[in-house]
Amino acid sequence: MAECGRVDSNTSHTMDKSITLPPDEIFRNLENAKRFAIDIGGSLTKLAYYSTVQHKVAKVRSFDHTAKEAAGDKLYEISMQEEVTARLHFIKFENAYIETCLDFIKDHLVNTETKVIKATGGGAHKFKELIERKLGLKVDKEDEMTCLIKGCNFVLRNIPHEAFVYAKHADSEFRFQTTNPDIFPYLLVNIGSGVSIVKVESEDKFERIGGSSIGGGTFWGLGALLTKTKRFDELLQLASKGQHASVDMLVKDIYGGSYGYLGLTGDLIASSFGKSATADKEFSKEDMAKSLLHMISNDIGQLACLYAKLHNLSRVYFGGFFIRGHPVTMHTITYSINFFTKGEVQALFLRHEGYLGAIGAFLKGAEEDNPNQYSWGENYAGSSGLMSVSPDMNPMQRARSGTFDMLEMDRLERQLVNLPLLQDPSSYIPDTVDLTEDAPAREYWLYCFEEALDGVVKRAVASQPDMPEAALRAEKFRQKYRHKLQTLRQQPFAYGSLTVRSLLDTREHCLNEFNFPDPYSKIKQRENDIALKYYQKAVKSLDELSWEEKQFALVRGVLAGNVFDWGAKAVSDVLESDPEFGFEEAKRQLEERPWLIDSYDQWLERLKGPPHKCALFFVDNSGVDIILGVMPFVRELLSRGTEVVLASNSGPALNDVTNGELQILTERIAAMDPVIEAGLREDRLLLVQSGSSSPCLDLSRLDKVLAMVVRERQTDLVIIEGMGRAIHTNYYAMLSCESLKMAVIKNSWLADRLGGKLFSVVFKYEVPVGKPNKDCGAFSPC
Amino acid sequence: LLLKPSWKQHYSFPWFGMDIGGTLVKLVYFEPVDITAEEEQEEVENLKSIRRYLTSNVAYGKTGVRDVHLELRNLTMCGRTGNLHFIRFPTQAMPRFIQMGRDKNFSSLHTTLCATGGGAYKFENDFRMMADLELLKLDELDCLIRGLLFVDRVGFNGHPECYYFQNPSDTQSCVKKPCTLDNPFPMLLVNIGSGVSILTVYSENNYKRVTGTSLGGGTFLGLCCLLTGCETFEEALEMASKGDSTNVDKLVKDIYGGDYERFGLQGSAVASSFGHMMSKEKRDSISKEDLARATLVTITNNIGSIARMCAVNEKIERVVFVGNFLRINTVSTKLLAYAMDYWSKGQLRALFLEHEGYFGAVGALMELLKTTEDP
Repeated sequence: MAECGRVDSNTSHTMDKSITLPPDEIFRNLENAKRFAIDIGGSLTKLAYYSTVQHKVAKVRSFDHTAKEAAGDKLYEISMQEEVTARLHFIKFENAYIETCLDFIKDHLVNTETKVIKATGGGAHKFKELIERKLGLKVDKEDEMTCLIKGCNFVLRNIPHEAFVYAKHADSEFRFQTTNPDIFPYLLVNIGSGVSIVKVESEDKFERIGGSSIGGGTFWGLGALLTKTKRFDELLQLASKGQHASVDMLVKDIYGGSYGYLGLTGDLIASSFGKSATADKEFSKEDMAKSLLHMISNDIGQLACLYAKLHNLSRVYFGGFFIRGHPVTMHTITYSINFFTKGEVQALFLRHEGYLGAIGAFLKGAEEDNPNQYSWGENYAGSSGLMSVSPDMNPMQRARSGTFDMLEMDRLERQLVNLPLLQDPSSYIPDTVDLTEDAPAREYWLYCFEEALDGVVKRAVASQPDMPEAALRAEKFRQKYRHKLQTLRQQPFAYGSLTVRSLLDTREHCLNEFNFPDPYSKIKQRENDIALKYYQKAVKSLDELSWEEKQFALVRGVLAGNVFDWGAKAVSDVLESDPEFGFEEAKRQLEERPWLIDSYDQWLERLKGPPHKCALFFVDNSGVDIILGVMPFVRELLSRGTEVVLASNSGPALNDVTNGELQILTERIAAMDPVIEAGLREDRLLLVQSGSSSPCLDLSRLDKVLAMVVRERQTDLVIIEGMGRAIHTNYYAMLSCESLKMAVIKNSWLADRLGGKLFSVVFKYEVPVGKPNKDCGAFSPC
Repeated sequence: LLLKPSWKQHYSFPWFGMDIGGTLVKLVYFEPVDITAEEEQEEVENLKSIRRYLTSNVAYGKTGVRDVHLELRNLTMCGRTGNLHFIRFPTQAMPRFIQMGRDKNFSSLHTTLCATGGGAYKFENDFRMMADLELLKLDELDCLIRGLLFVDRVGFNGHPECYYFQNPSDTQSCVKKPCTLDNPFPMLLVNIGSGVSILTVYSENNYKRVTGTSLGGGTFLGLCCLLTGCETFEEALEMASKGDSTNVDKLVKDIYGGDYERFGLQGSAVASSFGHMMSKEKRDSISKEDLARATLVTITNNIGSIARMCAVNEKIERVVFVGNFLRINTVSTKLLAYAMDYWSKGQLRALFLEHEGYFGAVGALMELLKTTEDP
């Protein structure tokens, strides 16, 4: 059955009005909220609304250089502007708070023109009258299963690491799945009071192919009868402490051992509750609850497998209140699926499973805005993350469960798609190290980010010298990010796999949250100014070299430029204390060849062959990096007859050059350099945005325009530069064309890990296996 | 069929077949009625006493029962004519049974005791140590199929062994109808004992256990005992026959007010077994009879659902239900017949057999006759 509730639980009638809601944290951005949806289950209410968020953004604008140098020697001006972005808010709370919450919403809802609220879930009609009276909105009921499926499609499409496999005894309990761009077909097994098994074939095509009446309601109802325990959670707790073998008849109870002939092991349950058919024995509550849990989980798992087999489906997601974040049931269901399919089918769970109905109901109401045409991203600053309700979880989390859980999703300005040059999009994993699984690495990076926090706060305040309250905001940022780090220390799986990228992105989200859109804007500006002054000199000295010397100097230039990274503590300390530290000093710091990873010889050989058709270059830092390192390299590619697409971030992150800044820089360079000028004019040099605002790079979520350009230009070389994009991420990324990954390791721990030292060089040139380039067959991939 | 008396000597009496399950021991005993005067004289005393004891009683001790109504009369097996008796007792009484074997000096009879079921393994050592008896252990599924096909072949005292329900979807006109398993293959065989085994059978020797479930007869009885305090299967069924499961189960209409049309679910379908029991008020006022009925319906429907999925997956239309869970249990047989018919839109047919739980024991007996035949 679809319904997850309308459970007439005796606990849900009491309304708790004493709670005071902290408006900064819960029901945020209500002023501009519109399009409400609500999903009321047996014990939890999920509210969804769409709102707009005003954000400060840093914009760069070129001075009019045809006038005189009136603005001093500044290259461009930076201005803070307000930008309105769309955000989806989802809040989950206990039904007991529903009245308080409705009152709160009513008081804060000012600008809305909304007339209706979409509602779903078993409790929707029970609270219909209350909602209509409190909010003055008309309740419009939507079919529960339709909402569930819509919500499921939405999270699978938009949230990387949404689905996971649960492994109780593994190092990391949660193994997150890479997002397969093709999410269909799949099976959704929704375990509410009963069980519904739904086959989903496309956005609009789904069918309930089966179900069972033995579900969460059976566990709860029968469990309450057997153990006199009222609450579902308590029943699960009992079950986790029990021994089912005292209640169940096992194969060994019948056979005295295993039933070898059929391969049934002795510990297999032959008959659930088979030992309780006796009047002269007492059974413990724990044991009965455990036996019941096994009975129901195994039964559901078996049916799910039979349906998966019949319909030839291998992706099976489980949801419903029986599953919802409960490690105990995720474990028993996983066990059952493994048993019945001998490992052929994996039980998959969803991080935001509890929100599916609310998301779906919201989407039903927002159809005219066509939300599915956009890409959305989980906002780590505003989302609570995956909660574990295991009995032995940490106290911090315990305090939070039972109150409010949140999910916020930002509408991205650009639609994100796969890089068409990925060798296998379904197996692509951006991140090099999964910190959820690598405990020492996790320790280090969490420590590292915590250490760096003071510096980031200082930088943030300094970036807004005219704003007196910046210090206060920066302090709030510090608290928020530190809290996130603490949460992640306890629950590394809170936002999917923990990675250096997710730590960096979380920091960016938190900075944005407190209106520090671009703390490095001033630094970037100054460094761009300085570097530009040296451009012509740098190009001139390169042109004086022999061809071979020049190729090497160009590569060293990119590498030396890449040293200028404010994200790396070892470097930022130097840059902070020594303003004279320049390009030449950086070159001296570089490791001598042979580098840590060194396929320079193959690259040089390749350059002796015919030019590439088109190179896609993912750039990294502002200043010396982009101007004195990357641009001369680009210039050489253009001179060889290779078209170049420069991909830079859409939004700011650390001192990475943004697309806006790069536009201006390139114009200025073009004014000095006929090669660059011709490239722009002849459309052989293109600047595109990556769609990202991260110091790292996820090649499965790139701007759609970029993907289009890559395809149109028949790109045959991808260059990825920098530690964030080529080492933390994409180090192992396999592309279907030649690729060049260049980075300087500016972190001694990481250098250690990779067997190198500080300022070791990674120069990784790869040609896809099985696709020898006929123009340069002489060398093999490395 | 006439055989020389000397030939008959090869099969030393008594002829037993035994199936030791998780809950019940099923024993079949062949009582020869063609004993000649000469034989009678030669018959040793304790053999005689066993025969008299078994055939002149219908109950043995406190818990042993002979299902008189199932007796197969004037049956010819291996040239001998006799009556086949069907006896059962709880597996818990197994130690006492072994004790009796020792007291009656069973081991002096030089017969092989053919046993199947898990208990053949579990109690093998006890038989040896306590009663000086060697068991011939036989696979339970081999025996089940062999016994089933045999009984179906010889028929039930001139009537068919097999039956089905006509108009299973209509409680008013639903009637039991005899039928024959003329061409039994392929069949999906669902054996409901303490647990459930589901087999696909393509011929007497070609079969496969496709799956099973731990929600079986043992679960029904175990849960009933815990929920109602009853002690026996008969008691549990008696209670169930008087109860109403809709006071315990949440139906589709309890949730949606009627049918759930979007998915073609009838309002009367069970949405959540024991779903009403999530509410304390309802728990406090529920009757034992209703609980027993709900337990029975839940277990039965679940078996039906798994069996149906297997039948569809294996592309088999004939589903044969056996096992002692179905003994005196018309609620379940009718429900299974209904479930097969309704959910398959008439594609699947549920078949039942009169000797429900005894086929394993019969199969074991046949093995005895087969082994003695071998030189």
